[in-house]
Amino acid sequence: MTAEHEFDFDTIRDSLDHCVKCTICESACPVTAVTPLFPGPKYVGPQAERFRDAGPSVDASLDYCSSCGICTLACPQGVHVAEINSRARAVMKAQKGMPLRDQILSRTDVQGRLGTPVAPLANFALSNRLGRLLVEKVAGIHRNAATPKFAGHTFQRWARRHAAPATATKQVVYFHGCSTNYFEPELGKMTVAVLEHNGFRVVVPPQGCCGLPLQSNGIFDAGRSYVRRLVGHLAPYAQRGDVIVATSTSCGLMLKREAIEILGVQDEDLRAVSTQTFDICEFLSDLSAAGELKTDFRPVPLTVTYHAPCQQQGHNIGKPALDLFALIPELKVIELDRACCGIAGTYGLKREKYDIAMKVGSGLFGDIRAAQPDLATCDSETCRWQIAHGTGATSVHPVEVLYRAYGLG
Amino acid sequence: MSEQLHTSPVDVIVLGAGMAGLVAAVRLAEAGLRVTTVAKGYGSLRLSPATIDILGYRPDPVDSPARALPGFAAAHPEHPYAQISPALLAEAVQWLKEHVETYAYVGDPDANMLLSTAIGVPRPSAVVPETMAAGDLRSAGPLLIAGIGVLKDFHPSLVAENLEAATAARGRAVRARPVLLNPPTDGDADVGALALARRFEDAAFRAAVVAELRAAVTGEEAIGLPAVLGLDQARSVWAELQQATGRPVFEIPTPVPPSVPGLRLARALQDRLRRVGGRFVLGAEAAGPELRNSELVGVRIRAAARVTPRTCRWVVLATGGLSAGGIGVDATGALSEPALGLPVHGPSPGETGFLPGYLGDHPMETAGLRVDSSLRPVGPDGEPVYPNVYAAGAVIGGARPWREKSGDGISLSTGYLAAEAILKEAG
Repeated sequence: MTAEHEFDFDTIRDSLDHCVKCTICESACPVTAVTPLFPGPKYVGPQAERFRDAGPSVDASLDYCSSCGICTLACPQGVHVAEINSRARAVMKAQKGMPLRDQILSRTDVQGRLGTPVAPLANFALSNRLGRLLVEKVAGIHRNAATPKFAGHTFQRWARRHAAPATATKQVVYFHGCSTNYFEPELGKMTVAVLEHNGFRVVVPPQGCCGLPLQSNGIFDAGRSYVRRLVGHLAPYAQRGDVIVATSTSCGLMLKREAIEILGVQDEDLRAVSTQTFDICEFLSDLSAAGELKTDFRPVPLTVTYHAPCQQQGHNIGKPALDLFALIPELKVIELDRACCGIAGTYGLKREKYDIAMKVGSGLFGDIRAAQPDLATCDSETCRWQIAHGTGATSVHPVEVLYRAYGLG
Repeated sequence: MSEQLHTSPVDVIVLGAGMAGLVAAVRLAEAGLRVTTVAKGYGSLRLSPATIDILGYRPDPVDSPARALPGFAAAHPEHPYAQISPALLAEAVQWLKEHVETYAYVGDPDANMLLSTAIGVPRPSAVVPETMAAGDLRSAGPLLIAGIGVLKDFHPSLVAENLEAATAARGRAVRARPVLLNPPTDGDADVGALALARRFEDAAFRAAVVAELRAAVTGEEAIGLPAVLGLDQARSVWAELQQATGRPVFEIPTPVPPSVPGLRLARALQDRLRRVGGRFVLGAEAAGPELRNSELVGVRIRAAARVTPRTCRWVVLATGGLSAGGIGVDATGALSEPALGLPVHGPSPGETGFLPGYLGDHPMETAGLRVDSSLRPVGPDGEPVYPNVYAAGAVIGGARPWREKSGDGISLSTGYLAAEAILKEAG
């Protein structure tokens, strides 16, 4: 595998010259389809960008872009529409002033560190109507929006005490992300079990937030220092050729692409980490293709839906989870074909955007309700919370299905 | 795992998601092959009017593409149609009809219909969505051309006036008169074709349109509307308008993108591909062939963060022509095929590529790959460059689809034939 980044920070903006105004991005945008508040990715992207200069930003509609990135994926000419928009939004928000709400929402690690020791209290406050009304009033987070529960303990703590099996012959580094650490440590344990079952020793270096929520809220300076700090933890492994797997698909994408293309972080450590980072399903499906994945799967007589979240699609790897599911006897898989669940990280949590996010997700929710799955699988944590909120279904990471199929729990 | 080759469990990698790529991918996946379609973005099928134009001009108008095809192919030995028999073309058309579930396609290669464009020019097309067929000017009675005020890209009086003049000049005058509808749009003054199509899926909006149409339509008129009659529910929207007005209703493709019918067709084929187990990778592109002892064993795929070799037994190259980037041309005029580095036939850098006039017969128009009888790209010696690579659609040179009105027929039939050639080899 070779690192061949076609685009870097300097060439992203230049890609707008390739725009032929075909509107394919507009027709794929899930936000402009449901609200006139966002005039569409072409309009605020390559079209408006040519008029953006050092002066004040006049383009407030940019804030309604959810950063799902589907416009960049859809563009047949290679214009980095979403990246152009994310960068213009950061400039706009720097000029207009950052709401306190966005400062809070974008620091998942701080939330985690504060909430974990007082998990019962924090969970009570966030699940209680009065508490949520207060949070909406004070912090601008919609009262009905899907928020996770603090686990009360961290995955890091578990990992430090976890003894790796003596039989391991290969090594892989696990980038678990904030949500696994503070909200879903069970996913982290299942991931370790699945990898260990396949003969890997799983290294869990100390690690913090990748800065993605800061980036998507336009807080670039802090985002850069977050991602640099994380890269500092991971780079020594990447440089010696270790693969880094991520279960948070959007945070994995931050390391692969967005830190370079949106935040403009340019250093050798990040390049090394970027090239060695794999989404967990990508990694396992590559193992499978190489004939190196254990296939001692037990029958899992369940019906599962699979939704590939927009950020997973940003890896440009298709849907490797489906190839893994295909190996499991008796598992019935329904591939869903919707672009986005609406949440887009922190977008759908915001008071003024909640309704838009629910409208974006309504097609997906309808498909899941109609399928009546035992499990609604999806690679991204915020999307799982949104799906559970929108459908009432139990939503899990694809790794959990593999974990069950291997009979590990 | 770093430098090793992944033996991905894939039989065929299809590069490109336009008409040619999707047709080949669906056909192969349906036959049980493991197919992965890799697309840099959504193809230009989404911008097309979704009619299947097979052959409209040679350059004189063509009444029957099926009858004209053998002579046309004989006169143009480098044209992709030189590899397509009338029987195969008919088979491909029949296949498409059976594979688009959005609505029925009507017509066949035996005869061209004449449909109005958004500027009232009769346009030959052989196979069209049923929602457009009642506008066939060969047999049409009087027409009511209905525009919608908020749609700024469709002017009913322009359509009606030009249609009357153009049909009279062709010897069979069709009467047409315009009407401008103004259904409520929540105060929006300017609504694009796609947004309007979504509104047509709202019953209250449709009822308002129907009420205005009923007041306007008289006698034996058929009603022509811009092609915005629903996106996912086009068939039922169109049927309801016919039923509620008691008159035949037909769509006229809108002139600027996005094209609602093109979106419907692209989504129908992609949906079909998903349901027959085909994989779809969006936002990735080919960065060259993966070779082992000069044999092609896969494609190097550029995705986020890295280029990875993906193996396969066969490749269908359906990346489009010059305008799509399937054929590249640099500032010196040098031509290239960027996905697999295949030799391109066309004007060399010192030769004339473009003539001064916009509508001139530019030599560059026909630039593209040359192929053998099973659509394998060939080198200057006429031999296939790789025995397991097949080309389909506009990446094949030799055609002038804009002049010939042949683009859809070429893409459909070559996509179909490329799949057939692979299926034969797969046994």
